[in-house]
Formats: sequence, C-alpha cells, structure tokens
Amino acid sequence: MAVDRLSLEIPDRSITVLVGPSGCGKTTTLRMINRMVEPSEGTILIDGVDSRRQPVNILRRSMGYVIQNAGLFQHRTIIDNIATVPRLLGWSKDKSRARARELMERVGLDASLAKRYPYQLSGGQQQRVGVARALAADPPVLLMDEPFSAVDPVVRKGLQDELLRIQEELGKTIVFVTHDIDEAVKIGTMVAVLRTGGRLAQFAPPAELLSSPADAFVEDFLGADRGIRRLSFFSSAGLDLLTAPIVAVDATAQQIAARADAGAPYLLVTDVDGKPLGWSEPDRLTAGRIDRGRLLSHGRPFVAGQESLRAALDCAVLSPTGWAVAVDGEGRAAGVVSQQAIGDAIRGAHEDSVSPPKALR
Amino acid sequence: MSGFFDIPSDLQHSWWGLIGLHLREALLPVLAGLLLALPLGQLCVRLRWLYAPVLWVTTVLYAIPSLAFFVVLIDYTGQTELTVMIPLTVYSLVVLVPAIVDAVRSVPQETLAAATAMGFGPVRRYLQVQLPIAVPAIIAGLRVATVSSISLVSVGTLIGNQGALGNLLHDATIYNRPELAWNAVITMAVLAMLADAALVLVRVLLTPWMPSGGSGGAGGGRRTTPKTAGARPPVPAAEPALKDAAR
Repeated sequence: MAVDRLSLEIPDRSITVLVGPSGCGKTTTLRMINRMVEPSEGTILIDGVDSRRQPVNILRRSMGYVIQNAGLFQHRTIIDNIATVPRLLGWSKDKSRARARELMERVGLDASLAKRYPYQLSGGQQQRVGVARALAADPPVLLMDEPFSAVDPVVRKGLQDELLRIQEELGKTIVFVTHDIDEAVKIGTMVAVLRTGGRLAQFAPPAELLSSPADAFVEDFLGADRGIRRLSFFSSAGLDLLTAPIVAVDATAQQIAARADAGAPYLLVTDVDGKPLGWSEPDRLTAGRIDRGRLLSHGRPFVAGQESLRAALDCAVLSPTGWAVAVDGEGRAAGVVSQQAIGDAIRGAHEDSVSPPKALR
Repeated sequence: MSGFFDIPSDLQHSWWGLIGLHLREALLPVLAGLLLALPLGQLCVRLRWLYAPVLWVTTVLYAIPSLAFFVVLIDYTGQTELTVMIPLTVYSLVVLVPAIVDAVRSVPQETLAAATAMGFGPVRRYLQVQLPIAVPAIIAGLRVATVSSISLVSVGTLIGNQGALGNLLHDATIYNRPELAWNAVITMAVLAMLADAALVLVRVLLTPWMPSGGSGGAGGGRRTTPKTAGARPPVPAAEPALKDAAR
C-alpha cells in the first residue's frame, strides 16, 4: 500500500510541502488530489466538497500541475504549451495566447521564446514554461511534483526564489512534493514529512520541524546540520552592530588613531561611498596612503536585518578576522559583528523559541 | 521497335501509364495498412498482452507466399488489382504495427502524465498529444513499408498482367527484350527512392518541432527515430570478416 490512513489538512493560500524518502507515497498522495490515483478508501475534500463530486477532467483543469522535467508537449510551441488549459476550457485562441504571453513575463521568460519549441530551451527555461502552463487558467490550486529536481543547483535556487516571488504575488494553494529536505524547509509554509507507506511522521512549519523533530526518523531525515539550518529562521535584526571600527579609505591619522581601540582588533576599510574594501590591523594603516591590495578580505557580507543569523554566522566563519560585515540594501557597510556576538544572539534566539532543545542525544 | 521505352502493346499502357498503375497498386495497400495498423497499434498499447499475439499473427501472414494468397483470393476477387493489393496490405502490417506501437509507447511518460493532469480525456490525449509526437517514428515505418510495397507489386504479373511495371519482366522474357527488364528494375528503384524522399519531406513538414538531426542536433533531441538513426550497418565490424575471407 502506497499511502495508508493519511490525514492532512492543507492550508489555503500557502505552500505545503510533502517530503520523504523515495517510495513514501508522496507522489501518490499528490496524484490523489487531482484523482490521477483514486484512493481505495477515504475522501479528499476541497473547500469542504468531496473531489469526486465533479467530473474528473473539470477537476483537473482547476488545478495546475507541474512535473519533473516539465513534461512539455514537444510538438507545440512554448506559447501553445502555456495556452493548453485555457484552450481546453474553450477560451478563444487569441485570448489564450494573450494570457500565455502575460504568464511568460510573470515567470521570467523572454517574449522572444514564444514561437520556439521545447527542445530549443534549457532545462531551467523548460521548467519555467511548466510553471507558466500550470498557472495559465489561474487555478486556485497548484500541484508540483518534484518540479525542480532535474535541474542543476544554481538554476534550482533561481527557480525556488522565483516560485516564492510568484506565490507572494498570486497566493495560490500549493502542494509541493520533493525528496530534498533543504528545498522543503526553504519554500514550505508547512512541511509534511512522510515515512515509507505513506504514514505521516510530522506536519509542522519548517522552523518547528528543525527545532523539535517528532521522532528519530524525522531527525535522521533532517540530517546532521539541522542546528545550523535552523538559524535560517532567526533574523539578524537583533545583532548589535559596531560602527566604530570602520574607517573610510581617505581617513586622517587622527580618525584612524581614534578608532584603533574601538572594540575590535581590526578596522574595516571602506571606499568613499561606504562600501567595504577589507580588514586591516590599525597600526598597519597609514593615513592618506592606504594600500587596498594589502587589506584582508572581508568575505561575503550579509544584509543586516534582511538576511538570517545563518548568513551572518557564515560571513563570520568565512572572514579571516572572525568578524562579519553587515551591509545595508545598497551594499554600504552598516557595521561589523564578531563571531562571539553572533553566538550570543543565537543562544538568545534559542531561548526565545517556543520549544526547549531536546536533552537527549 | 525495341526502344527502351517502347512498351509492348499487350500491356495496354504507356510507360507513364504503367508508373501510375504501379504507384496506385503499391501505395493504396500502404495507406490501407496504415488505417488498419493505427487502431490495431493503439489497441496493443492499451492492452499490453495483445501485442505479442498480434505481432505473431502479422509475422505469420508475412511468411505466406504471395502466390498462395493469390490462389485463395482469385476465387473471390478474380484477376484484378485488388487481388494484388490485399496481400500487400497484409504484408505492410508486419512493419507498420510494431512501428506504431513503438512510436506511441515512446512518448515520454511525463508528457502523458502532464496531459492527463491538465484534463485531457483519453481520445483527445491520443489525437492531440500521442499521435503527433509519434509521427516521426510512424513515418519511419511507412518508409520501409512503402519501399517494400513498390518492389512487391511486380509479383502481380503472376496473375495475368496485374504487376504494373513488373509485367515488363515477363514481357522481357517472352519477347526476348532484356532492356524491358532493365526498364522495370530501374524505374521501380527510382520510384522507391522518390517515394521515400517524399515521405522524408512530409516528415520534415509535419515536425518543425524536431531538432534537425543533420546539423548535429544543436538542442540535443530527446528522441531520434530508431529507423532513421540506426539504419547503417556498422562498417568497421565487417572488415575483419573480409580479411578472413581473403586468406
């Protein structure tokens, strides 16, 4: 039996991810929603109405479906692929195509691709077409079956970000199947972890999943570094950023001297616009003649308040000085923070979070 | 008398007339075979167990010599073109049924799943998705069937001048005019090549969505039709055998 006594309430207008090892019945579960697989027992209610109450093809046309490898119709142009469901619903050709053009823009496809055929597109572009095709008739529900697992990691990240952006604009009820827990944690509003046999192991928001896995199976599935990954859900807004150990590249001797013991063993040098250039020990800086080539790299800075503690910690770990550089939206240095201060913030965040960490293990 | 294109009067046709006759007798059976093979093939795709017996029957029918067919059919259809075309139709099935079954089966699973999920009913899905995608492989099968049919028509000469260009072979022996045999063989070969080229053209026109195979397939086609891709026998493998033979 692929799925056994699964009971799940999928919230409206949010992304619910079904995740689990292969053979756990997540695809079967998804296909039961649009009746590509009929349950032997039990019911599926959509807005309180049994899904079997309407003709199967009417039901399916009201649900967008995105599949691994996109499953595009190779014999139809991109625009006709996207216009498929509107055409099935009896829209005129012009109206369907106008709608398709609109969606190409929405999913970030260049209008010049409209008359191409699927084989002329890259895997990532094909997947975008797949998403556009699913959205064409503006269905309230979107079913996505491992849609991004066949593209390379860089493209996948782009597609995930794009999906979150589109979801922000459209607010669909999305059910998303994946075997990749990182993807689940990244895009899910709620994550359902399934174990073999289609049993529900845990159904929780991703942060809760990471902080308090229900059992050893879920914990094992989350992997070794769930502590680090959980930091993605803590904002870096609470960090105490020091602005004192920052000097501009054209600083005077007095300015350098004044900041030499501002609380950090290094000074961050910025250009005249305030963008970070690199670190240096205070006594190696000579006013007026700061050599950019001799500065220590500042690594990748994080955007203060916007990015998570995970990003901040990552910056600090990567930085040769052990200090992370925070920047504002325009890339100007907003302050610096030590690994230790980030560690304190993490401990604080853990204490504030709902459930206490497990004592065992 | 006795020119290359002087057709003996007992054939009651000019050279061009024989060509028209020949094409009709060769192509109508292929068309009929296609019309039979499409539903038969679809049935075999739907009911998997049916494919093996159907293939077995078409192969056995193919093994029946045409002469045997004629002997049986003459009682019903007489010494007519129809008597020639019925066996040719049956023979074409041995190529067309597997070609269609393979073609329809080779449509990617995710394409079919996507079509179903978008609310295509089975008939619409077959006509709008499976069949168009299967066109290249079906045409590959048609090419083989057409060429073989063009050459097979000549056996019609056995039931009294129903072999179109093949009748020239018979006349070549009775009138002792070998050039008529040459005419028949060359004309049939040219017809076969032209018919084959026409089918390739039809394929190209019907499938603008295929990666162009000739230029190395810039987009990297997902499917190439087996018949066109693997037709050439591997030449290097033959070389050792030739060396052995020389010793």
